[in-house]
Amino acid sequence: MSRTYAVAAVAAVVLATVLVGGFGLRISRTTSDFYVASRTVRPRLNAAAISGEYLSAASFLGIAGLVLVHGPDMLWYPVGYTAGYLVLLVFVAAPLRRSGAYTLPDFAEGRLESRQVRRLVSVFVAAAGWLYLVPQLQGAGLTLKILTGAPGWLGDVLVASVVVIAVAAGGMRSITFVQVFQYWLKLTALLVPAIFLVLAWQDDGSPRVTFDEQLSVFRADHPLYATYGLIVATFLGTMGLPHVVVRFYTSPNGRDARRTTVAVLALIGVFYLLPPVYGALGRLYAPELIHGGDADAAVLLLPGRLVGGLGGDLLGALIAGGAFAAFLSTASGLTMAVAGVITQDVLPSRGVRHFRLATVLAMCVPLAGSLMVSRVPVADSVGMAFAVSASSFCPLLVLGIWWRRLTPPGAIAGLLLGGGSAFLSVAITVSGAVRPPGWPHALLAWPAVWSVPVGFLAMVLVSLATPGRIPAGTNAAMTRFHLPEALTSGRHR
Amino acid sequence: MTGAGYAVLVLLALLLLAAGFLLGRRTARPLRTSDVGTPVEHATFETLHTASLAAPPLRAGLTEESARRSARRLRSLLGTEALCLTDRERVLVWDGEGEHHGRHVMDQVRDLLASGRDTAFHSDCDDLDCPLRWAVAVPLTVDNRVLGTLIAYAPRESAVLARAAGEVARWVCVQLELAELDRSRTQLIEAEIRALRAQISPHFIFNSLAAIASFVRTDPERARELLLEFADFTRYSFRSHGDFTTLADELHSIDQYLALVRARFGERLAVTLQIAPEVLPVALPFLCLQPLVENAVKHGLEGAVAVPRDAGSVPAGETPTRITISAFDAGSEAEVVIEDNGTGMDPERLRHILRGEGGHSTGIGLLNVDERLRQVYGDDYGLVIETGIGAGMKITVRLPKYRAGVHGS
Repeated sequence: MSRTYAVAAVAAVVLATVLVGGFGLRISRTTSDFYVASRTVRPRLNAAAISGEYLSAASFLGIAGLVLVHGPDMLWYPVGYTAGYLVLLVFVAAPLRRSGAYTLPDFAEGRLESRQVRRLVSVFVAAAGWLYLVPQLQGAGLTLKILTGAPGWLGDVLVASVVVIAVAAGGMRSITFVQVFQYWLKLTALLVPAIFLVLAWQDDGSPRVTFDEQLSVFRADHPLYATYGLIVATFLGTMGLPHVVVRFYTSPNGRDARRTTVAVLALIGVFYLLPPVYGALGRLYAPELIHGGDADAAVLLLPGRLVGGLGGDLLGALIAGGAFAAFLSTASGLTMAVAGVITQDVLPSRGVRHFRLATVLAMCVPLAGSLMVSRVPVADSVGMAFAVSASSFCPLLVLGIWWRRLTPPGAIAGLLLGGGSAFLSVAITVSGAVRPPGWPHALLAWPAVWSVPVGFLAMVLVSLATPGRIPAGTNAAMTRFHLPEALTSGRHR
Repeated sequence: MTGAGYAVLVLLALLLLAAGFLLGRRTARPLRTSDVGTPVEHATFETLHTASLAAPPLRAGLTEESARRSARRLRSLLGTEALCLTDRERVLVWDGEGEHHGRHVMDQVRDLLASGRDTAFHSDCDDLDCPLRWAVAVPLTVDNRVLGTLIAYAPRESAVLARAAGEVARWVCVQLELAELDRSRTQLIEAEIRALRAQISPHFIFNSLAAIASFVRTDPERARELLLEFADFTRYSFRSHGDFTTLADELHSIDQYLALVRARFGERLAVTLQIAPEVLPVALPFLCLQPLVENAVKHGLEGAVAVPRDAGSVPAGETPTRITISAFDAGSEAEVVIEDNGTGMDPERLRHILRGEGGHSTGIGLLNVDERLRQVYGDDYGLVIETGIGAGMKITVRLPKYRAGVHGS
């Protein structure tokens, strides 16, 4: 039976995750050679680690499903997920690294010298993290259901508990090499089956894939608006993703942070070439998914349909393992980020015990969400997390880095109005209170088009209205952000 | 429910919040003075209240900013038409009418700044409508130095105003003295930190040079390398800028230190490193790990007779001193552990040392590092030391990856 291999692959990935996290497998260099020991993480390695954390269920399953159902318009998703790093590269990467901040709340506190802003940013980090976690869990539930026929909630609970155990037991270690491995595993898990699928397709006489209008289900009643909403959210939202931001700390300086981002662009770009292939082939060989059924399952079903036999089983197992690696890596990264924020800014005192409590807390909310909330296509609900991030963190980072006159009240107003409204809209959409068709649904489901300008505007206007509150250290902070480290360190003296 | 419905709901919630906020403000307002007490008591309360409002800005010292922020309160305290604060060179602020007088003020108070005695003078104003005809100027003195003057203007001569101005000026002086005190306290802390920055022990310099000297003839190339290491190490340790460094730089300095120590003790010292590359960019107080390694080396080699430096090999039956330096990533913190298998220490004695009762010679490095870590990161981040007699020593340092104001340069 084909399931055996797939279950074995999933079990192997899960086991590896628990072992690495739980038993504290410390992958660090043991040497007596200082030259070797003090080598910092090279940009390319760091980039692979970032990509390993970043490529989530949405990328692995979601995009192919959307392309299958709605056609090539959905290619904006991979473009957006990638292009976000371009914006990050141009506006944020190097100054953020030079600021010395480890998390976004750190950045807010360092730049605006205000505990209040720090707390508020923490709240938004938790909110965005939770929104991002829900689709990871749902994707896991779906995968397990297709592989074994288990009830849908089982996968959610499984991934949630594995992540909690691994993170809580192992502490908050971010181990570069593990994450790098995750990237290559995910790439292999999509690339190898894709090659075989394409060969099988050629054997089949290379039938043309057509995305004719009759078959395509209309995705939204305002497709143009929805596309713009997606573009704004993904382009501007990437810079605020909590699990991505912390990895930039590993770069030794601003220059390397930039190089890292360039490498991330390349690595992610390569990966995103693959899901559309699955989407197109799914159109041919799993057309029943267009109407009803979980289109997100296309990637998992294709090897069985096209290759079949033992080969198909093995390829399917590889994909299933890769998918679980995607859920687990992204979910652990997010859980660590959210739990870190909860321990630091919410719970009264720090300590390992509190961190464990925070981990459970960080996972409970999205788990409850994923079980109760109606299933939105994975890529869509990830888009919502991007929208919240784009409307709150993007104005904070961009204005914080590039505008001297930003004040704490301005930042608070922008976060509350921009990020708050985006979060409310997303919450209403997910709760299913407003259903399509109609403008209200479109506006609430893709809020970034209006909430990002609202966030920027509120931040700028309130900052201009409170010129007396410009933090005293603004000039020093700006100098640090924008001058290369060699100049500010005073080593030239 | 529709989107419009939700919008209305949100709006209502916001309105409710605002109403609650206003209500809270109103009820939380302190009791008005008019509710209690006699008129005399009211006047006292008023005065004390105004004085307390004027105090905080003055605690920053006598500057244009602090003068501007306190002048209005001081004038209402005196109830005059105009009030002027100057330092020794210029007018800091003019509060009230008749600002054109400001041009002559410095001429009129020149004598006062020299003598430090109160003066009253008629303001010879050409403008017939100007109400400011008379003024009393009082010096602001701290430690017998005249820092500036307070000048109160009135339409006519008034003994009451002269007395009141004198009292207010004295009160301002007290605030300025407190400001001075604040400043010297900060200076003291800074001086302490500067003194706390670990100093290289003279013994180390002497021993290193002696070890290098022993190689000059036998192995000139090695001697040259060691000399360069020594130069680099001292440059790092003696650097004058910045209180913080990065873990990578600190480890580099430790490497140079150990190279010099190994030149002396050869294979009797084995060092193992276990460094997670993720934590290398962490910023930390300058020279706060090197003394710990120095301590580990000292403890590790303690008890052994000072062997001749060219006897590099391990004597039979003696285990080499093993030092392990590891650094791990722990989420928002980095954890550095320095371990040796040396003689260890009596925990009770260690406690004494860390309390600062250990005398001069012993463990000054540990105490120093512990104090600096606490100063920078707070009391949660002191050294954690596990040791016992003959059981070696394990020192754990936790370093937050980010702390406002800590920037490794």
